[in-house]
Amino acid sequence: MRWWLPQDAALHGAALDREMYLALWIMTGLLAAAHLVMLVGLYIGRREAKRSIWRLEVAPLLLLTILFGWMTTRAERLWSATRYAGADPAAMQVEVVGAQFVWYFRYPGEDARFGKTKPELVQPGEGNPLGIDPADEDGRDDRVSSELVLPIGREVDLRIRSLDVIHGFSVPEMRVKQNAVPGQVFHIHFTPVHEGRYAVLCTQVCGLGHYRMQAIVRVMSVAEFARWSAR
Amino acid sequence: MKIFSTHHRTIGIGYLLLAGASVAIGTLLSLLMRVHRVWPDLNWPLWGVMKPEDYLATVTMHGTLMVFFVLTTAPQSGFSNLVLPEQIGSRTMALPWLNAAGFWTTAVSLLILLSAFFVRGGGPISGWTSYPPLSALADAGPGQATGMDLWLVSVGLFCIASTMSGANTLVTVMRCRCKGMTWGRMPLTVWAWFTAALLTVIVFSVLFAAALMLLCDRHAGTSFFVPAGGVINGVVDAQRGDGSPLLWLHLFWFFGHPEVYIAILPGMGMTSMLLANFCRRGVPAYRWMITTTLLIGLLGLSVWGHHMFVAGLNPWAGTVFQLTTIAIAIPSTAKVLNWLVTLWGSRPTYTTPMLWSLGFVSLFVAGGVTGPVLAQPALDAYLHNTFFVVAHFHLVMAMAGVFSIFAGLTYWFPLIAGRQLDERLGKIHFWWTLLFAYCTFLPMHVSGLMGEPRHGAQLTGVAGPAGELLHRVWGVERHITYNAVMLALGQIFFFWNLQKTLRGSRSVAENPWEATTLEWAPVNDEEQVCHRAPCVHIDGVSVPQWIAAVE
Repeated sequence: MRWWLPQDAALHGAALDREMYLALWIMTGLLAAAHLVMLVGLYIGRREAKRSIWRLEVAPLLLLTILFGWMTTRAERLWSATRYAGADPAAMQVEVVGAQFVWYFRYPGEDARFGKTKPELVQPGEGNPLGIDPADEDGRDDRVSSELVLPIGREVDLRIRSLDVIHGFSVPEMRVKQNAVPGQVFHIHFTPVHEGRYAVLCTQVCGLGHYRMQAIVRVMSVAEFARWSAR
Repeated sequence: MKIFSTHHRTIGIGYLLLAGASVAIGTLLSLLMRVHRVWPDLNWPLWGVMKPEDYLATVTMHGTLMVFFVLTTAPQSGFSNLVLPEQIGSRTMALPWLNAAGFWTTAVSLLILLSAFFVRGGGPISGWTSYPPLSALADAGPGQATGMDLWLVSVGLFCIASTMSGANTLVTVMRCRCKGMTWGRMPLTVWAWFTAALLTVIVFSVLFAAALMLLCDRHAGTSFFVPAGGVINGVVDAQRGDGSPLLWLHLFWFFGHPEVYIAILPGMGMTSMLLANFCRRGVPAYRWMITTTLLIGLLGLSVWGHHMFVAGLNPWAGTVFQLTTIAIAIPSTAKVLNWLVTLWGSRPTYTTPMLWSLGFVSLFVAGGVTGPVLAQPALDAYLHNTFFVVAHFHLVMAMAGVFSIFAGLTYWFPLIAGRQLDERLGKIHFWWTLLFAYCTFLPMHVSGLMGEPRHGAQLTGVAGPAGELLHRVWGVERHITYNAVMLALGQIFFFWNLQKTLRGSRSVAENPWEATTLEWAPVNDEEQVCHRAPCVHIDGVSVPQWIAAVE
C-alpha cells in the first residue's frame, strides 16, 4: 500500500518511504491494539484478583521502549545519511532564494562560482531580482531562473537563503524540505532519478501570497540539460 | 454572586465562561476556514469574498484563542480554581488577590486580542507562532502593523496573568494542605495542576521576554530577531543590525512545547481520577503515576527543537531532540498503559464524565501514535508543516483537551450549579462529538501524506504542478469540511443540555458520583482532615478521604 505518498523521484526517497511505511504500520498497529485491549477489558466481567503491576504495566512498557528505541536507531541512520555529510564536491551547485511569493534559482555558470549580491541592488523589475553585483567578475555568467532545472542522476547541492522573511523550500516528490531564513545560508542535497515536472511549495507562512508561492522542478536527460544550459 | 470576587470558585467559573466565549469564537473561525477552503469564491453576507490575508488572520486568531484562552485557561485555571483548594482540604487559595488579578488580566488580554480584528489592516497573519521577520516588520503584510502589536500586547499580558495564577497554584499546594493530606495522598489532578503551574512560571516568563524583545524590534530600533539587509516590498531595511530569526524560534518553542503539556496534564490527571472512580477501584501504581506526571513536565522542557528539524539547526541537534522526544513518549505510554490496566475487567458505570474520559484515552492514543513518527527528523523533513501535523496536534491536544474539559464540566457541574447535567443529552452529545472528531481529523493524515502544506489560504488559483498537487487533495478537503460542520453542530446538544438543566430546580445528592476526593465532602465548620489516599474502594463501595473509620 502506498499510504497516499506522491511519486518518489529522488535517490534517497525509497529508503525514506520504507521508513515511513514501517512507522505508519507499527503505529496503526499500536492504535488498534490499545483500542482492542480497552474494549475487551470493558466487555469482560469484573475481575478483582490482585493484579501484578510488573506483568501488566512494566513489561509492556519495556517492550514498547525497546520498539521505540529500535525505530529511533533506524531513523537516526536515515537522518545522518542525508544530513550529516554535505554533498559530493562534484555535485551541481544551485542557489535557491525565497522572496515574498516567488522562488528564484541561481546557477553559477562556467566559472562554478556565485557572484556577490547586495540587497540594495535587488531590482526584480530590471532583471536583477537577487541583487547580483555587476562589479564582481564571478557574477557575470550567473544565471537566474524561475524553474529549478536539473539533469537526471546528478547530485545537486542547494544553498538556500531568503531575501525577506522565513520561507519553507519543499519538494514533496524529492522528499526534501528546508526553511529559507534571511541572514543565513543552509545546504541540502539530493539526486533526482526520474524525469518529470514536480512542485516546489512554500511550507512556512510568509505573507498574504503564501498559498500561491510555488515553482517547478524540471528533471531532464543529461543531453537536454546541456542544451538548456547552453541557451 | 459578586463578579469582582476573590473567591476561587467564582474565579474558576469566570475562567470557564471566558474559555466558553473563546471556544465559540475559535470554532466559528475554524468553520470560516473550512468553508473557505472548499468554496473559495463564496460571497459572505456583509463581508464579501474572503481574501488570503483574511484567511491567515483567521488562522492566527483561531490558534491563539484555542491554545491560550481555551486549552490553557479551562483545564488549568478554570478547574483548579473550581476544586483545587477543596481537594487538598483548604477553604481558600493561598493568594486570592493575586489569583483574581490573574483572571482579570486574562480577560483584558482576551479583549485586546479580539480588538485586533477591528483595526486597520485587520488581525495579524503570521500564525500563532509569529515567526519574524514577518512578525517584526509592519510592511511585511496586512495585519502586521497595529494588528500584530495588539497580538504581542495581548500575549504579554497573558504571560503575566498566567504567571500570577501559576504562582498562586504552587503556593496553595505547598502551604494549604489540610491535616493528613500528604504529598502521596494528593489526587492526581492536584499533581497535574501543580506540575503544569511549575511549567507555567518557567516558560511563560520566557515567552514574555520574547514578546517584549519583538516589540522592541518593532518600535525601539533593536534587532534581536531581524538580520541585516532584508528587502521588503523592494525597500532595503537599512536600519537593522544583525539579529537572528532562529532566536525567536528557540524562545517561542521553549515556551510552546511545554505549553501543550500545560494544556494536557490536567486532562491526564482528571482521566486517571475519573476512570478509577467510575471503575470503583484504586489507581494502580499511584506513586508511579505521580512520577510520570512530573517526568512529562520535566522532559517537556527539553524537546522544543523537534519543532525546528527543518528550521536550520545543526543536524546534530536533530538527533538530540529526537532522543529527548522519544524519551517523553515513555512516561506518556506509561500513562496510557495505566489507564488500560485500570479499565481491564472493571465493568464501570458509564456516566457521561466516564464516557468523556474514555474518549480522552482514545483520542490521546490516536493523536499520540503519530508522535514517534513526527519525532523522526528524517520523516519530519517530509511531514513538517503538512496537514499530517495538523491532524496530530488536533487529536492529541485539541480534541483530547476538549474531551477532558467536557469530562470535568459534567463531573463537577453539581459543584458549579447544584444540579446534574442531563445524562441522556450528554450521551448523545458525547457520541456525536467522538464520531465527528475522528471523521474530521483522521483524514488530515491523508492530505498531509499527499503533501498538502498548512496555512494555504486556498486550493485554487495555484499554477503548475503545485496546483495539480493541491487539486488531488480536493476530495479529502471537502470531506473534512462536511464533518467539521457536523462536529460544530453537535455542540448544540451541550447548550441545550445546559439551558435545560439550569432551568430545572436545584436538586442533587451530596456526593452524586460516590467520589472519594475532598471536594465532595459535606460542608461544615470543622477543620478538614484527610484520612487516606484517594480512590479507595472496598467491595465496590467508595471510602472517601474525609471518613475517619472504615468498618
